[in-house]
Amino acid sequence: MEITLLYYLIPSLIMFCCGVYGFLTRKNMIAILISLELMLNAVDINFVVFNRFLFPGQMEGMFFTLFAIAIAAAETALAIAIIINVFRAVKGIDVRDLTKMKF
Amino acid sequence: MESVGSIIMYFIIAVAIIVFSVLTVTTRKILRSATYLLFTLFATAAVYFMMDYEFLGAVQIAVYAGGIVVLFVFSILLTSRPGDNTEKLASRRRVLGLTAAVAMLLVAGYSLVSRCSMFVSRPEMGEIDMQQVGTALMGTGYGQYLLPFEAISVLLLACIIGGIVVARKR
Repeated sequence: MEITLLYYLIPSLIMFCCGVYGFLTRKNMIAILISLELMLNAVDINFVVFNRFLFPGQMEGMFFTLFAIAIAAAETALAIAIIINVFRAVKGIDVRDLTKMKF
Repeated sequence: MESVGSIIMYFIIAVAIIVFSVLTVTTRKILRSATYLLFTLFATAAVYFMMDYEFLGAVQIAVYAGGIVVLFVFSILLTSRPGDNTEKLASRRRVLGLTAAVAMLLVAGYSLVSRCSMFVSRPEMGEIDMQQVGTALMGTGYGQYLLPFEAISVLLLACIIGGIVVARKR
């Protein structure tokens, strides 16, 4: 048995679909953020696996993943700052409570 | 042809990725969800190690497992009591989410399996040492990444300032 490219893409595809499901069904803002991290992570796996299998010896996919990890860290830190601020304002982080910004 | 050990290792990692990512979005305790996310990220780091990108695996463990998950756990403990469950999902919403996820899984999975170029096996690759990574990060030539590196550092600075401005007490 040989482990081909497809064998790595299927788990990452399932991970991405889990992220989509969580993003659509969760109500807690932190849980939504966690689902977002799952999706980002699945995309990172794809970059690395395509780089390794199709273009070995080059490092484009690896560096793209490296920068994606850094951007994901920055984005998460800022999102959590916003969530804590929202928690102070409306005493909860349920997305259904956030109706103040609706017109 | 791969060794038996690496095939067993692959299956452990694949099963861990699938099981823990499903558990991350289906468990009802938010703190457990963050813990399952941690295990998923570790399995991802194991994939990077299997692909021979040791530096990337180390970065994944240090930044994701060490930084982001800790940030998640702190913010969960700040914003909700540990132990309270999220309420049960309304069935309409769950059906909507399941439909979107399964439809996407089927379409993308079919288009993956039907392409024969997806069945290439892993080619040999020389070791990527730290010197190579460092020169690629610090150069301005072809295939070198000084400009995105500096852009990331400005982004992180903006993120620090933004985080302080957004989260400070008025």
